[in-house]
Amino acid sequence: MVLDQLKGQLIVVEGADGSGRSTQIDLLRNWLERRGYPTVNVGLRRSMLVSRELEQAMQGNILGTRTLSLFYATDFTDQLENRMIPALRSGFVVLADRYIYTLMARAIVRGVEPAWIRDVYSIALVPDAVFYLAVSPKILVERNLRKHAVLDYWESGMDMRRSSNMYASFIEYQRQIQKEFQAMQQHYGFETINGNRSPRAVQKELRANIEVILNGKSGLIEDRSNDSNSTQRIARSTTTLADRGEGYQSRVSGQPAARYRATHRFP
Amino acid sequence: MTGKPHESSITGKLVAVEGLDGSGKSTQVYLLKRWLELDGYKVFFTEWNSSAIVRKATRKGKKRQLLTPTTFSLIHSTDFADRYERQILPLLNAGYIVLADRYIFTAFARDSVRGCDRGWIRKLYSFARKPDVTFYFDVPLKTALARILDGRTRVKYHEAGMDMGYSKDPHESFRIFQGKIYSEYRHLVHEYDFTKIDATEPPDIQQAKVREILETKIDLPRYRWQGPVYPQQNR
Repeated sequence: MVLDQLKGQLIVVEGADGSGRSTQIDLLRNWLERRGYPTVNVGLRRSMLVSRELEQAMQGNILGTRTLSLFYATDFTDQLENRMIPALRSGFVVLADRYIYTLMARAIVRGVEPAWIRDVYSIALVPDAVFYLAVSPKILVERNLRKHAVLDYWESGMDMRRSSNMYASFIEYQRQIQKEFQAMQQHYGFETINGNRSPRAVQKELRANIEVILNGKSGLIEDRSNDSNSTQRIARSTTTLADRGEGYQSRVSGQPAARYRATHRFP
Repeated sequence: MTGKPHESSITGKLVAVEGLDGSGKSTQVYLLKRWLELDGYKVFFTEWNSSAIVRKATRKGKKRQLLTPTTFSLIHSTDFADRYERQILPLLNAGYIVLADRYIFTAFARDSVRGCDRGWIRKLYSFARKPDVTFYFDVPLKTALARILDGRTRVKYHEAGMDMGYSKDPHESFRIFQGKIYSEYRHLVHEYDFTKIDATEPPDIQQAKVREILETKIDLPRYRWQGPVYPQQNR
């Protein structure tokens, strides 16, 4: 299987709870489908394989950080292999409500070695575009409280026990996550969108960016090598799923091979 | 949280056993555990694929054949990480001798055969401490196969590597799959400096050797319980 056979586009929207992520994805979906593009939605904890078990583990808060990271990686990979890749192969637009970047940021702020978590996710596909909705922690609090009247335990980083004050913990945790996103941007070169603005303004900017991708799609992803700070994105046409291993042939009938290396490499 | 910064302060010892299905390693590690616990040592035994929380998901994935080589690998690493973070590492910190029936090398062998990238698998498990001793129960492939296939009429789907599509016949598939794992192990023996035990010898002879080697590699008296054990154990 060759990656340039993946004709569709993988578009990722990242951001905290309250960043407007889901609203924006809904709007994008309507917009795309009206224009005749079939879409598939994926997100965290939505795999057939482990979503329920992961949910239970989260509620009990019984797993260690590394275990939870690997559990999430399992959930992600199940969706990657069984939903994203088949959809991309059929030419769908895959809208990812969060991707590996949130998972990496969460793990890193909890003390996991950045190199390790990047290695774990080196199997992930490089998206055609990643939009990070940056919203100031104070506005995030407002939006979350207005919607739910309560702050989420995990989104407040309460498991890290930095503060017993949930408000303070939320602000501090979201700051740390944003710092990680800024650091990752250097490597992965994704678009940061100012999410403090109205949904309409954000949507307009997203559509303008995606428009370019839809028009310019030729199997190659924009080469950003002229920007020395960002990773040179890998052209899909040069990357194969099956032929990268060191002489090992997977004989799995009807299943994707177990290698997506060179898809999300670091320099 | 990684354990690495505390590596030097870890006083416990980690002993792993590896080998093919049918090599007799589980019997040997059981006897080793019995010896240590009956003689009053701080010992803990852990088995591959046994984390209560993760096992439910693994079982479902296997039963409904939802697993690909990559998710098979990841779900087992999740299981391992859970046992590692909550039991193996704390117990090593507390000065226990931890006996592991299969360790990360089992994943290295099986996942490689399933087509996962070797480098990736090793990185996945890079957080795990290397054992102080790894006993490898060395047995000719034929013998191991005979012990499993004569003893049981049915081999499980994934045990037989049926997901790999080698053969529609479970026994034939098992033979092929085990053969490939066997050759992976032969590389691992050198790569990780396993201590080989001839698993064709009678069990009591093997056990005597295992105990003798362990005594030379580990200063056992350091791992004795000090003072009376509470609650009193039936001995």
